[in-house]
Amino acid sequence: MQNSCQSTAMKCDQESLSGAVSQRACVYCGARVVLNPVTDAAHIVHGPIGCAVYTMDIRGSLSSGSELYRYSFSTDIREKDVIFGGEKKLAGAIDEVINQYHPNVVFVYATCVVGVIGDDIEAVCKKAEEKHGIRIIPVKSSGFSGNKKTGYKMGCNALISLMGEKKGETIPYSINYLGDFNLAAELWIIKKYFEEMGINLITGITGDSNCESLKRAPLAQFNIVQCAGSMTYLAKQMEADYGIPFVKVRFLGIDETIKALRKIARLTESFDIVKKTEILIERELSKTNEILDIYKEKVKGHKAAIYVGGGFKAIALIKQFRNLGIETVVVGTQTGDQEEYEMIKELTEEGTIILDDANPSELEKFALEKGANILVGGVKERPLAYKLGLAFIDHNHERKHALSGFEGAINFAKEVDLTINSPVWDYVHRTDISCQKEAL
Amino acid sequence: MTVQNIKEMKRNFVNLDVNPCKMCMPMGASLAFKGIEDSMVIIHGSQGCSTYIRRHMATHFNEPIDIASSSLSEQGTVYGGASNLIKGIKNVVSIYQPKVIGILTTCLAETIGEDVNHIIEESGLKKELPGIDLIAVQTPGYGAGEYKGYWAALRKTVEYYAKPCEKNDQVNIIINEMTAQDIRELKRILKLFNVNYAIFPDISETLDGGFQKRFDKKAKGGTTREELMKMAGAKATIEFGKLTPVNLSPGRYLEDNYGVKLYSNPIPIGLEGTDMLIMALSEITGEEIPQELKDARGRMLDGMIDSHKFNREGRAAIYGNPELIYAVSSLCIENGVEPIMISTATDSNGLKDKLKEKLKPHKYNPIIIEDTDFETIQSNCVENHVNILIGNSDGKFIHEKEHIDLIRIGFPIHDQVGAARRLYIGYEGSMRFLDEITNTLLDRKHNTYREDMYKEYYA
Repeated sequence: MQNSCQSTAMKCDQESLSGAVSQRACVYCGARVVLNPVTDAAHIVHGPIGCAVYTMDIRGSLSSGSELYRYSFSTDIREKDVIFGGEKKLAGAIDEVINQYHPNVVFVYATCVVGVIGDDIEAVCKKAEEKHGIRIIPVKSSGFSGNKKTGYKMGCNALISLMGEKKGETIPYSINYLGDFNLAAELWIIKKYFEEMGINLITGITGDSNCESLKRAPLAQFNIVQCAGSMTYLAKQMEADYGIPFVKVRFLGIDETIKALRKIARLTESFDIVKKTEILIERELSKTNEILDIYKEKVKGHKAAIYVGGGFKAIALIKQFRNLGIETVVVGTQTGDQEEYEMIKELTEEGTIILDDANPSELEKFALEKGANILVGGVKERPLAYKLGLAFIDHNHERKHALSGFEGAINFAKEVDLTINSPVWDYVHRTDISCQKEAL
Repeated sequence: MTVQNIKEMKRNFVNLDVNPCKMCMPMGASLAFKGIEDSMVIIHGSQGCSTYIRRHMATHFNEPIDIASSSLSEQGTVYGGASNLIKGIKNVVSIYQPKVIGILTTCLAETIGEDVNHIIEESGLKKELPGIDLIAVQTPGYGAGEYKGYWAALRKTVEYYAKPCEKNDQVNIIINEMTAQDIRELKRILKLFNVNYAIFPDISETLDGGFQKRFDKKAKGGTTREELMKMAGAKATIEFGKLTPVNLSPGRYLEDNYGVKLYSNPIPIGLEGTDMLIMALSEITGEEIPQELKDARGRMLDGMIDSHKFNREGRAAIYGNPELIYAVSSLCIENGVEPIMISTATDSNGLKDKLKEKLKPHKYNPIIIEDTDFETIQSNCVENHVNILIGNSDGKFIHEKEHIDLIRIGFPIHDQVGAARRLYIGYEGSMRFLDEITNTLLDRKHNTYREDMYKEYYA
């Protein structure tokens, strides 16, 4: 689906067109994204093997404690289970996982088949909870029951269920950080800022979190939300259930990072925290700008196409590119919402192409038409970019470098430079060996 | 020499699969269709299946992988997905103009009882889309792993095109677990015999395309429909599927129904496996074995001698699909690398018996595990002092945790580049692959022996 900037409201958040090669995934995928970084959880996929194997240890979330979350547990259901039901197998699998791996919490993901054959996973989980005395939480993530966004919501419901009642008093100057998955240490980078500011991070949700930290989440004074697409729902729930107010922030790029830090500092109404925050910003900003200026000289004047999961990510990227002297000419997301698309319109130049749930053909068409020479995207977009002779920025959950905070802004500039200024493009854009002859 | 005592084991847990060692049927079938010229795949199921499979293939091949989905929603699941599927097929045609469309089912479609052939018949699509072949394959994810999905797609395709036809001089080559580079090497060998061949499926270009000034989303290459149609009248079939289940074997189908002689060969990795291919080609064509190949064989023997003592220190855990692990085990056995554990996540369909034959003259007693997961492989690696892992990159977790070197072969290879460019088959490929194993063992030795000696004899 494609709309130009001038048009009226975009149709987003609809089902993908049948037969299209959509970049979207399923409900299970969304739920798994949200819950996967809970480090001391056993994540059991109740379903056939595919759903488990395609999500096995593919994400870059880091842990300061348990590594259990990296295991891919599955009931691997077979034809006979589809016919006779898989409840017994699931109960057995839960027993096995608990006896062998001693998780602090178990998440049980329902997949398409389980949704259709009618396994009562809630009943199985409840019974197992009584038996083992730990939380065993069903996640209603049958693939067909919506899209990835539905999955985010199902993941959030599971988190609410884990948090349970608020036990204790609100801790002053404390926050939860929602929508950071500690990819390549991103949460740790931000956590260091908080420490310097005098703010107590109770837990990331769900980056580097665990059963214990999540149960303490209701004690936070504020929630800050980064990945709005996946976590606004949870923030609203927590506001209703525990009275925790939330603000949306972004730590992508220096502008957003500074804005976020100030916003958080102001929330605390502590002069001391505000002061410390300003000291941090001043120091980091001058350090970072010095480095960014060097990169800007090297990369300015190029044109970017963006294709990422959420709208907020796209917005932050547009700003980051602008800081490097790069205009964005195509923007697409999988799950952006109306509000985000409006903001994208405001941020971009007239004539910029904005796409919702774009397919590869559209991406290709507009990237070329608009003369983009760098694409930001997920894993599946990388080969397409390369075939088109475009530089590429990995903006996915597998990357091994942080993009958050001041450090992330530098990493981003570094990556833009290393891909866009690679000597390979000189050769690629003179593909013919006869051109080569002239060049030599 | 005494009769072998092969130990058979089961995976560690009854209900739980910990770190899966297999993928699902639609994955295998998608791989098969990617080797047909001008083809597209549509997966009839929810959106995630096609997205995950695309992602998995894209990171292995580093090529854009377009696979469509019928995007079954809640409504489709309750009332049937026929209209979604038909709409989907039409959209695929309008965007990609394929000549062949593989229509694959999923767990979801099969569970709600979608009969794709019936849906197509009823819909009048065949009339509406003349000249486009719609090939439906049943591939429920819970049915089996990608191994059987692959063969099911090949079998259905060959059945689809096989009609009584004039005899011709084509030799059908049915591919299994070969890289794009392997197929290019195979073509080179076939040319030396002046064979008129049809390679099916042929991913050598479709999944390893060169950079072009103008990108075409329809990948070049692949087995043509003409080649597929000539298969029933071909001179012979060589199928790299010694262990392929009879009901899924395209070569068996052609032999049983059209009298095309079938050579069930192993994947030509290792000396004996390659010899078998060369001999089959010589027999089919009546041609002498070309000197070029004899020379290559001589070089391989020479190389095998060079490295035989180093190889003897290898204690390998080999995992993957039955046919591939049979071939890899052969290479190891021939060269003195001890197969400590040979494991597959599928039922291995006679793997054990075939291996017993191979192992007869040797003293090895490998553990064979069927229906395995990586957790089982990992615990056995530790227990049995395995020092080299051979299989796809999903074994990287064991490599990371237990510090056992991993030699990559098979699908998927996600953590390194160049999977499609690797060469494993023929005398040249086998020797390169063996060298990689040997050199990994040597590296290990060089890195540790000073410390080991010191600890053992001095400290």
